[in-house]
Amino acid sequence: MATVFHPAPKISSNEGVQAALSGALGDMLVSAKEEHGEIVLTVARGAIEDALRLLRDSHDYQQLMEIAGADYPGRPERFEVVYMLLSLTKNHRIMVKVTAAEDTPVPTVTTLWPNAGWLEREVFDMYGVLFDGNTDLRRILTDYGFEGHPFRKDFPLTGYTELRYSEDEKRVVYEPVDLPQDLRQFDFMSPWEGADYVLPGDEKAVTPPVDEPKTTEKKSDTGAGEKTNGKAAEKKSAPPPAKKATGRKDPEAPEPTESRPARKPRKATARDTKPATEPKKRASRKKKGDGE
Amino acid sequence: MSMQLEHSPTTGDEVITNYTINFGPQHPAAHGVLRMVMELDGEIIERIDPHVGLLHRGTEKLIEHKTYLQALPYFDRLDYCSPLCMEHSYVLAIEKLLNIEVPIRAQYLRVLFAELTRISNHMLNLGSHVMDVGAMTPNLWLFEIREDCMNFFEAISGARMHSAWFRPGGVHEDVPLKVLSDIADWLDTRLPRLFEDAMSLVVDNRIFKQRNVDIAVVSKDDAVAWGFSGPMIRAAGIPWDLRKSQPYDVYDRMDFEIPVGTNSDCYDRFMVRVEEVRQSARIMKQCLAEMPEGPIASDDRKVVPPKRAEMKQSMEALIHHFKLYTEGFHVPAGEVYVATESPKGEFGVYLVSDGSNKPYRCKIRPTAFSHLQAMDFMSKGHMLPDATAILGAIDVVFGECDR
Repeated sequence: MATVFHPAPKISSNEGVQAALSGALGDMLVSAKEEHGEIVLTVARGAIEDALRLLRDSHDYQQLMEIAGADYPGRPERFEVVYMLLSLTKNHRIMVKVTAAEDTPVPTVTTLWPNAGWLEREVFDMYGVLFDGNTDLRRILTDYGFEGHPFRKDFPLTGYTELRYSEDEKRVVYEPVDLPQDLRQFDFMSPWEGADYVLPGDEKAVTPPVDEPKTTEKKSDTGAGEKTNGKAAEKKSAPPPAKKATGRKDPEAPEPTESRPARKPRKATARDTKPATEPKKRASRKKKGDGE
Repeated sequence: MSMQLEHSPTTGDEVITNYTINFGPQHPAAHGVLRMVMELDGEIIERIDPHVGLLHRGTEKLIEHKTYLQALPYFDRLDYCSPLCMEHSYVLAIEKLLNIEVPIRAQYLRVLFAELTRISNHMLNLGSHVMDVGAMTPNLWLFEIREDCMNFFEAISGARMHSAWFRPGGVHEDVPLKVLSDIADWLDTRLPRLFEDAMSLVVDNRIFKQRNVDIAVVSKDDAVAWGFSGPMIRAAGIPWDLRKSQPYDVYDRMDFEIPVGTNSDCYDRFMVRVEEVRQSARIMKQCLAEMPEGPIASDDRKVVPPKRAEMKQSMEALIHHFKLYTEGFHVPAGEVYVATESPKGEFGVYLVSDGSNKPYRCKIRPTAFSHLQAMDFMSKGHMLPDATAILGAIDVVFGECDR
């Protein structure tokens, strides 16, 4: 294990735990690994109940804190069900995993921990993993009457139905999803490292190979005409004539407008004018009547 | 509601058969959108079937479509009563995958504000629990404290609730000295005065005790088997606190006590939280006293963006800033489960990375799931009004339960 820099929770040492538990699980174990300070034991699907019972009773992992589902569509058995176990006495955590497909039920562990019921219901609801022996495998988080398993990777983020209150029918109605604006998908993954899609505008960047590659060995292949006359290129036009000052008016220029008669000089200076702010004297207004 | 009257074959009396009522989804004591289908025998609860998921927003799915940093604000919206504690698990999970070092001041700041969040959360829970069983005044006083907490959050992050202030590698911005000194003053004067005043009305109150003592007693074995955590398991007498047993950030430097209950009833759960508030204040004082100066976020520029001022001067900083806010950072492939002690119990994040800039899977372990599931066996045989006390003592928030 590399040096630990991070401040994440410190549990008891993993030293020797993996070997001890692997030995105890025997042929129930499929694989075991220790990465990032986490011990992950993968056990055979059919043996999960026995394996967890062994871990609970003989190895003091008293609490089942969580059951997490995960979907890896590329695998033959696409789902993983991960059980997080906690030992209060040894102050240690391990993860136990099984894999499952849509049609291969996982044995329930409600026989070991009563709180497994809801946790299994959630995995069933979100991924459609079946739990054999769970007597109450209803949906838990999704809507009443919901269809599909929303956390599968092939389930769209927007879902398939939307609901609204219909003023006409005075009830909530379900309709197919209709987005007034496209769902914004941000993918900022660098195109140089690992983006596996065609960038917009780059569709023609990779051209498929053609049967007969085009060559331009003959003149007719290029599509160009005869060579132009060599002398034509040498012909030079005369330089523009230098401008000469003639003193003559440009015949094109319009006549200047007639000169206006000069204004009369002002009689008073600005200082003599009355201040603009001074109010005019007005005759005192008549008092208005009372609107009679 | 259905009620059938029959005549008993032996005595000839009228017999009332069990009937079913709907508690919620819109009910002030349901603490959100909880629907409980209750089967009652008279006023005795025979069976409870809680229906959750009315606030399900598909947070985990949304997170899979966002970069690691863009996904952070979703955590504020899980348990909206203790937002920073939700972020805490998530940033620690990312840091564990990255194995990145976090400066010591950032760790102190996180602990300081995680504890402030705990106080703020408990103010809401204690107040509403008290109100659920009939008292009004303490809630109003506790909301004063909560308002103070909100103001502190606003001072540090600009947002009263959804702070998004913890970041992978540290915290977003440093806290001004004035805010720290204000918090210190508040811890010394206003918090103890308001809190102890409010609690003096409740803890020895006869009515409050009648409603809570010996309600929903859970044995130690049951608490362990049902996956209890947080105040629920501590009230059962098990001194289990992740801050102590599995310390993260600088909790291992803190000196604090873990309160435990003796009777494992609703009253004990309440009193565990009351004492936790005092311990949180104690931790915060230590943080303020010991917090060193220094950077507040890692200087690993492949994870933590540079400050804006630096960006204006340095080309490299500009490039890092642009790349981190568009593409985001890449997290090494792997899977971790990181759980922290949120005010409600163990809040865990199971994070699977495929080496890209987005989480492949982010499973959130809500505290309420285990506790609410135990509602059925905890309430069996109790009266209908006790259900609100039990629910209040669970401290359930549906943003987190339903995700």
